Amino acid sequence: MPPHPETWLRVTEAGLWCEPGGFFVDPLRAVDRAVITHAHSDHARPGHRHVLATAETLALMRERLGEERAGGTQQALRYGEALEVNGVRLWLRPAGHVLGSAQVCLEWRGARVVVSGDYKRRPDPTCPPFEPERCDVFVTEATFALPVFRHPPAEQEIARLLRSVALFPERSHVIGCYALGKAQRLIALLRAAGWDRPIPLHGALARLCALYERLGVPLGPLPPATVAGKEKLAGAIVLAPPSAIADRWARRLAEPLPCLASGWMRVRQRAKQGGVELPLVISDHADWPELLATCEEVQAPEVWITHGREEALIHALGRRGVRGRALHLIGRAEEGE
Amino acid sequence: MPVAAGMSLPAFAELLERLLFTPGRAGKLALLRGWFDSQPDPERGIGLAALSGELRLRTAKPALLREMAAARTDPTLFALSYDYVGDLAETIALLWPEPEGLTGPPPALSQVVGALEAASRADIPGLIAGWLDALDAGGRLALIKLVTGGLRVGASGRLARLALAEWAGVEVGAVEEVWHGVAPPYEPLFLWLEGRGPRPDPAGAPVFRPLMLAHPLEEREAAALDPAEWCAEWKWDGIRVQITGGPGGARLWSRAGEDISAAFPEIVAAARFHAVLDGELVVLRGAEVAPFSDLQQRLNRKSVTARLQRDFPVAVRLYDMLFDGAEDLRGLPFAARRARLEAWFARSRPARMDLSPLIPFESMQELARLRAQARAAAIEGLMLKRRDSPYLAGRVKGLWWKWKRDPLTLDCVLMYAQRGHGKRSSFYSDYTFGVWKEGELVPVGKAYSGYTDEELAWLDRWIREHTVARFGPVREVEKTLVLEVAFDAAQRSRRHKSGFALRFPRIARIRRDKPAAEADGVEAVAALAAESGAAPR
Repeated sequence: MPPHPETWLRVTEAGLWCEPGGFFVDPLRAVDRAVITHAHSDHARPGHRHVLATAETLALMRERLGEERAGGTQQALRYGEALEVNGVRLWLRPAGHVLGSAQVCLEWRGARVVVSGDYKRRPDPTCPPFEPERCDVFVTEATFALPVFRHPPAEQEIARLLRSVALFPERSHVIGCYALGKAQRLIALLRAAGWDRPIPLHGALARLCALYERLGVPLGPLPPATVAGKEKLAGAIVLAPPSAIADRWARRLAEPLPCLASGWMRVRQRAKQGGVELPLVISDHADWPELLATCEEVQAPEVWITHGREEALIHALGRRGVRGRALHLIGRAEEGE
Repeated sequence: MPVAAGMSLPAFAELLERLLFTPGRAGKLALLRGWFDSQPDPERGIGLAALSGELRLRTAKPALLREMAAARTDPTLFALSYDYVGDLAETIALLWPEPEGLTGPPPALSQVVGALEAASRADIPGLIAGWLDALDAGGRLALIKLVTGGLRVGASGRLARLALAEWAGVEVGAVEEVWHGVAPPYEPLFLWLEGRGPRPDPAGAPVFRPLMLAHPLEEREAAALDPAEWCAEWKWDGIRVQITGGPGGARLWSRAGEDISAAFPEIVAAARFHAVLDGELVVLRGAEVAPFSDLQQRLNRKSVTARLQRDFPVAVRLYDMLFDGAEDLRGLPFAARRARLEAWFARSRPARMDLSPLIPFESMQELARLRAQARAAAIEGLMLKRRDSPYLAGRVKGLWWKWKRDPLTLDCVLMYAQRGHGKRSSFYSDYTFGVWKEGELVPVGKAYSGYTDEELAWLDRWIREHTVARFGPVREVEKTLVLEVAFDAAQRSRRHKSGFALRFPRIARIRRDKPAAEADGVEAVAALAAESGAAPR
């Protein structure tokens, strides 16, 4: 009988610890050996001695954290390529969350765990799609684990944005979005919808967009928003971090119309906070149907939930005969998006 | 505006959501113009009726929708979702299970309205469920709001008619004059506005005539006026109304043209005449006009109880006459209309109405003195009307002036600041200020106007540099900045910790020179409240 994953993959203060392998997955503080699912700051912390991840994640970590803090030694692993670490077999599968994002698949003495990190099932032109891997324990997040969260097709939200630009041609539509992943996906979606004009960027987004381009994701012309005159920004779609869209930075824009791209925009009360005038429901996290469908596809009799709305997901899995368990991992971005 | 995919209900849902999230009037007008532009008849008219509150649908109770949703969902998940979302209609809209496979196209507004009209009571749940199955989350929320009768998107009927006028390139007055003679979906109105049909004839139906409005008068402008050319009246602190009476029935209209008859049945009952009159609705006790706070008890109600009618008796103080019988007097000079009003009033003696007296004066100095002495709570100042002015819709400069009495002022200390909306969303532009009470600051009011752009920029910077705590969008600041706050009256109130509320407070000056310890105390507010509540002199 293979050892139950509870006996060899455990929640410690530093995060999820694979005992026989001697490494952590997405540890919360600096450790000796870390496997990193993706480069968002609540998963990729600075200062580990040895880091294993996809080449793209490692490049993004170097860009965000600097060469020294991104890991003493960095080891790249291709999707689907397997390693043996002290008898634990380890391989990565695409998670479809952001460029470089991966599920960490672990197998020890015949028992298999998949730590999915953050993921989504919708197509994303900036990263390869999620690949389900059959397993005994599936470790998932539950950011949007309530049946009220069903993200509409992103293309539909982009069409709404473009209708608004046509209706308010004298204003700048400024979209608040995360610098890593969401910004590049929005740009790619806009390009796919035929928006080939320059997309002015807030300074905080520029470097990561440039890196995406070097990693082979074309994004088109992205001038800095700071140098263009107000009149040039009339009718433009501008991208900025969420904190900037309704603050002093936005005064340089032409009558800015604040938009926010996030799965939280589904709920009006959430969207009303912070002066958003055009909420766009575009998320890089799985929504409720995606969470349930994924848990079913991987056929795991047991699902561990790292953070989010565990209660609803455990309840729904229970009704499907799957045992759900809340890990209560601290340090994950509660409102992550 | 490019139309949202397909039928009109999804497009209407998008309009509703945009209106809800758009704080600025200009933005709302643009959204509404886009609606009239993009939608065919009768959809655009039904949307207009829904926004104007004139769509009379056989409505469903929220409890029915809750039942329908509960029958389709897991109770634990429903409870967790409702707990998270907080709003029942929104929870149902988001949670409603989307059927597998093909569903029909989403319904048009006209389909929903038509089917609900024809349906028997027992058919209604099935109809609603079928539509919910065919809509996305936004469409479902719009449908639920429609059938439960609670749109609430911050777009009034007046705003919708203004957008309609802008869209058609006509004066809003032209729309108002025919508005109450047309019914949803207003096809003859749209045909006329598009130049494809005749002007709808309101015939005998009671319609609202747009009001003539006044400009504020400055002290130095007043001195330059020739007293022989002007009439003066008190400016009463009530609400402006129009009374229309005639063969088609009587109505009471608000300043914006909303029909407020149901809230003031005693006025409508008294309007047994054929005329259109302009005046001020006030609470009248004997001959004395009660403070505005009394009138507030009667405002914004759909209907009224006998007790409210008894405790807050309303009357209209008349000051102009637009129609005498079927005769349109609006082209006559003010002095001639006034003579007609007085003669008509002497003849008809309607209940619950009196005449706002003209104030005799020889010189502008004398008038200025009268204004300065007026401290009765019910008097806001003076109205000056040119003897020769015709009755013109809107705010025409130089014919009517409002000369408000000087505001009261207090030196208050800035306590909290909040960011504004729309163009001001990056500025801390809403201020809560307080006065001293037993060595402690207590809030006395909130203001978000009165300052110049430069002062706003300065205040914004000061607030960011002197923040001591944050609560969501609100910043608490160091209690060191004194603001001179101007306001029209002070009233006792339980809503503020200070025990007082200020009417129309605005920032008059930033008193950087004044130490916070020297700001006013609650005794100063009490003294001003006593003064503004005093009997007329």
